[in-house]
Amino acid sequence: MAHKFEKIFAANIDKLAEITEFVEECADHFGLEAKQKFGLLVALEEAFVNICSYAYPNHDGMVEFACDADADADSFVMEISDSGSPFNVLSLPDPDISMDIEDRDIGGLGVYFIRRMTDKVSYRRKNDQNVLKLVLNRTS
Amino acid sequence: MTIEIKKESAALVVKVAGRLDAVTAPEYEKKVNELIADGEINFVVDFEQLEYISSAGLRALLATAKRIKGKSGKILLANIKGGVKEVFDISGFGTIFPMHDSVASALSASV
Repeated sequence: MAHKFEKIFAANIDKLAEITEFVEECADHFGLEAKQKFGLLVALEEAFVNICSYAYPNHDGMVEFACDADADADSFVMEISDSGSPFNVLSLPDPDISMDIEDRDIGGLGVYFIRRMTDKVSYRRKNDQNVLKLVLNRTS
Repeated sequence: MTIEIKKESAALVVKVAGRLDAVTAPEYEKKVNELIADGEINFVVDFEQLEYISSAGLRALLATAKRIKGKSGKILLANIKGGVKEVFDISGFGTIFPMHDSVASALSASV
């Protein structure tokens, strides 16, 4: 039977520790391998930080984390939803990671991590929300 | 995150333990900036006990490295491993920071 975890947090960076704990719980329920779990935590931080910075410029808002963590499933799926104005974080370009330390513009690294740390990532608008879906496939 | 500072003759060893994330990275940056303001310019950052790093952590490292480089100082990283190493590798940061397998090796390269 599918086991779904859902939790809503304030879109405030101070919630990062609580969110990390919640997502770790989901990942452990699924049995996500340590290396993938590390990547998942990085991807979710990058997504969450982005929402905290841009989704609600003029007022407080919420972020919902919903996760399918069925221990029998082939992949771990996490959806991150906010009610900010339509914005697809995946539309941002990847950074030039070959550039010298002096010249490097660090922006864009977050979305690069979201892409690289997951097996699949997609964005959609649903019920006036931005929904970012992260998928990590079971490796063993 | 906790930060421990140890003065060696070749450099200041900054031992960072725990998580270097969007919440803790500004604390790290503030601490290193204070040390730079005190006149320190040679640093070895020991990541032996660092469990986690995100782009915010890398950004703080980069900001302090630029400041140190501006003072003609040096910042070397030691003991980068596991998931933290993967973050360095895929971001390209592994090639822009000199990395050492031990604090001793970083210190001898600091002289």
